[in-house]
Formats: sequence, C-alpha cells, structure tokens
Amino acid sequence: MMLVQEAIHQLRLFTRRPAAVFFVVAMPLVLLIVLTQLFGNEKIQGLGLNTAQFYTPALAVFGVVMACFTYLAVSTATARDLGILKRVRGTPMPPWVYICARIMAVSVIAFASLVLVIATGALAFGVEIIWERTPAAAVVAIIGALCFASLGMMVTALFRSSETVQAASSAAIMPLAFVSDIFVRPNAETSEWVPFIGNMFPLRHFSIAFQRAFDYAYEGSGFALPDAEGIVYSILPHIGIMALWGIGAALVAARFFQWEARAI
Amino acid sequence: MSAISVSQLCKSYGGRQAVRELSFEVQKGETFALLGPNGAGKTTTIEILEGYRKPDSGTIRVLGLNPQTQGAELKRRTGLVLQTTALEPELTIRETITAFARLYRAPRDISSVLIDVNLAHLQDNRVGNLSGGQKRRLEIALGIVGDPELVFLDEPTTGLDPEARRKIWTLIQRLNNNGCTIVLSSHYMDEVQALASHMAIMVDGHIAAEGRPRDLQRQYCTHATIRFDADARLPDSFPADLAPNTTFRDGHAELVMEDPVPALNALTGWARDTGYDLSSISVTRQGLEDIYLQLVSQRQDKPQGDTP
Repeated sequence: MMLVQEAIHQLRLFTRRPAAVFFVVAMPLVLLIVLTQLFGNEKIQGLGLNTAQFYTPALAVFGVVMACFTYLAVSTATARDLGILKRVRGTPMPPWVYICARIMAVSVIAFASLVLVIATGALAFGVEIIWERTPAAAVVAIIGALCFASLGMMVTALFRSSETVQAASSAAIMPLAFVSDIFVRPNAETSEWVPFIGNMFPLRHFSIAFQRAFDYAYEGSGFALPDAEGIVYSILPHIGIMALWGIGAALVAARFFQWEARAI
Repeated sequence: MSAISVSQLCKSYGGRQAVRELSFEVQKGETFALLGPNGAGKTTTIEILEGYRKPDSGTIRVLGLNPQTQGAELKRRTGLVLQTTALEPELTIRETITAFARLYRAPRDISSVLIDVNLAHLQDNRVGNLSGGQKRRLEIALGIVGDPELVFLDEPTTGLDPEARRKIWTLIQRLNNNGCTIVLSSHYMDEVQALASHMAIMVDGHIAAEGRPRDLQRQYCTHATIRFDADARLPDSFPADLAPNTTFRDGHAELVMEDPVPALNALTGWARDTGYDLSSISVTRQGLEDIYLQLVSQRQDKPQGDTP
C-alpha cells in the first residue's frame, strides 16, 4: 500500500517537470515523426519493412530506456544531491519501498511512452501490429524495463553527483543506440563488428526482440526456442541476456548505493 | 526517565576525531541544546542519535533504543529536521506534508499541523516559491507530522532573518509545551537561552560546559565590571584600596570584581566628596554569550596538537 502510494507520489512529481516529460515521453515520438519524414515511409532496402515499421518499435524501446535508465538514474541522483534521499531515510519508510516505488513510477511512464509511439506508428504511418506476438512483446518490454531500471540504479550507485550520472548515462546510451538497431539498421555494407559489439550489451537484445514482434520475416508468437536458420521469432535468448545484465547491475547497485551526496 | 543517554561516544572521520568521549543525558520533556561553532561535532552527534552514522565506540540509547540496530522502531517515534533543507520544489506545501504523513502509523491531522507551523494560508503554494524561513517551518512540519515523542532540530534557524528566527522559536516552545522532547543544535547563545532547559557547549568534539542556563550563568559569570569615563591619571584623592584593581582603556577606568557593592559605595562617596564627575558609571555582569565566546576561543587558540 505504501509502495503504491509512493509510486503515485513519484508519478505526480514527474508530471510537474516539463523538461522530463518532454525528453522521456515526447522525444521518441518526435524522432519517429522526423525520421519517417526524413527517409520517406518506404521499404528499407534488404528488409521486408518500411521505415515506420522499423522505427516504431525501435523508438518505443528507446523511450522505455530513456525513462527506466536515463531518467531514473538522473532523477535519483538529483534527489540525492538535494538531500531528499537522506531525508527519506529518516522516515519509517523502508528503503526498498522507496527504490521500488521510483522504479514502478518510471515503468508507468515508460509504458505510456511506448504505447504512445506504437499508437502513433499504427494510426499515422500504417504500422501493422502482429497481435499474436503482443504477449511476447509485452514480456520483452517488462524484462527490458526492469533490466534498464537496474542499470540506471547501478549508474547512480557508481557515480556520486547528478552531473556525472547525467554524463555517464548519456555516454553509455547514445553510442550503444547506434550499434543496437535503434537509430540505424545494419545493412550489407555494415562491418560485422557493429552487431558483434551490440550483442555484448543488453540494448540490442531489447531492441531486436521487440522489433521482431513487428517483422513478418519471422515466424511464430515469440515463445518458441530459436531455430538454426533464424527464421523463428524467439524472445528467449534475448530476455535471458537482459535478465543476467539486470541481476548483475542490481547486485552492484545494492552493494555501492549511497543515500547521501558526499561521504564525510 | 531519560529520553537519550550517551556514554563515551567517539567518532572519527579519516583520522580526525569529530566527537570524543562524549557523555550526556537528555530527560523526557526537556529541550536540550547543543551549542557550538561549526565543526564542533554537533551534527555528527545528532546524526549518530538519529541513526544516520555509526559510532566508533560508546553506548547510545534513544528512547531506550539502539539507533543502529533498532532504527526502524526509532524512526517511527522520532521526527527530524536536518541541517540542510531538502524539499521537492515542485510540490505544494500541503502535498509535501501529506506525502510524509502517510509514512507514519498515527500521523497528526494535516490541517492542524499547517496551523501549528503558520503555513495554512500558503498550503497550496509550490515549495520552490517559499522563503527560507517558510521552508524551514515546512521542514519542522514534516518533523512533527508523525506525532513523535522526540524531535531533532539541527540548526533550525541558521541563515534566517531575525523575524523568521523568532517565529521558529515560538513554534519550538509550543512544541515543547505539548510534551515533546527536543534536541536542538545552534550557533547562537540567545537562541539556546530562549529555548533550552538544558544545554551543552561543544568545542572540538567535546563538551566544554554543561548544565541549565541559569546554573551555568551562576557558575561561570562570577565577576562584575564597573566602568566610568576617566583619564589614565586619576586624582590623588582616588580611594587607595581601589587603585591597584583599576585599569584604563580607551578613556575608561575599569574595575573587575565578584561583589561590586563595596567598591560602588567607595566610588560614589569619593565622587560626592571631591566633586568628580562619575555620571558615566555602569555596572555589567558577564553574560553566557561572553562565556561561550571565551570557551570557544580558548579551545581554538590552543596549539594544534590532537586535531590535524
């Protein structure tokens, strides 16, 4: 009960911050519109997809990451800088309730952003939703949200001020988004190391597991095991890798998290 | 029964002893003040009592509880105002208090807390638009909304203007009248004299003097000073027994003594007999403020030895 009330409280705080609302909710939408206009909504060479069918799920994933990773990390570090985390520690609220409430709040924001991007893609750019794959896509989104929330808390634990947390989270996400099929799709001319690097990190697993739910080149509802030819849509290896990253990051965060801005 | 008992508390940070061998008791229902300059160890002490910091050694009981091992229970029964203001600027006053109230089992009525801290008329204003004094009163509201038995106030008025300080004093007095035990830290002797029933002067992590303000006054403020306008040379008729005790400074003569009455008698008799102009005469007794400043400067002027 306290958890839900605190999560609602955190959501209310978010809605009072226009810059945060813009970056997390509106930015993926703006990118979708700009990129679709820039490249024209035609079939991408070498893929059975048009521009919007590729970018809609990619930017939906980006929105989830902006909320659960970047915004969670920066807002938590800012609250710590302001002494709010320290003050919260002086109340009867158990620390885990506060952290989980923050994660629940950013997850709600993430799903709002995701639904907004997909609805815009479907209504404005003719993106087709493959309904039998929506349960798999939802599982990917939930595991992805938790994995990146956990990574966000790790960044907040490892860096001490909101400035460094901001810099570190941007420095991690922006280059990674380019090798993780979010801003650009690798084509025949892309070096092999690009997806290789991307596969080492959780972001590419998040994006391709979610995107394939919108890709007719793959078959099945997503819960089957992967096949040798790679034509079956399987989320299992991708959510497995995200879960490993998430658990690892949560352990690091739990070990190093500080409630005060500076140690005396 | 004592609300707080501290015995032989020590705490150091990276080789610097912030608090050493500190012992004191706070009785239930009293307002206890820790007075001292910056770096004296007041905040360290309070944050150990609140459970934020772990002591290196010593025994601490707050409401009969160990802050390190029984922190959850302690946090339900205490309220706190930290040294630095920490509020969400986007919320309104009422929202802020409501958010804290729901963290306690039996919170006070929010409207009555708003009235107590004199913020009812501003309850729908955003916290970001409040003045320093209003923010501090809001933090006191957050400290008392859980209906605590004990409230910690770490420098509640530092940096505020005199009027805002007075308002907070009234608030603290009213809180204490309702039976709440208060532990206060402050830089200001006037604040401690106005509020505290018991005080400890902290210097260099140690208690330099402790007691009820009136007792301290009696114990330390033993001498009175008689002062009047005079040149460095007084007439030969000046009472001979007073002459050795008389010093001259900036056009004044000064006599310092425990009981000024016989000297006053001698002086006024001499002035009446000789026609000497003694109309500028004054008698002052050292106040606690002077004692405090003396204790602080004695300690701080000591050659650097035990503190790096």
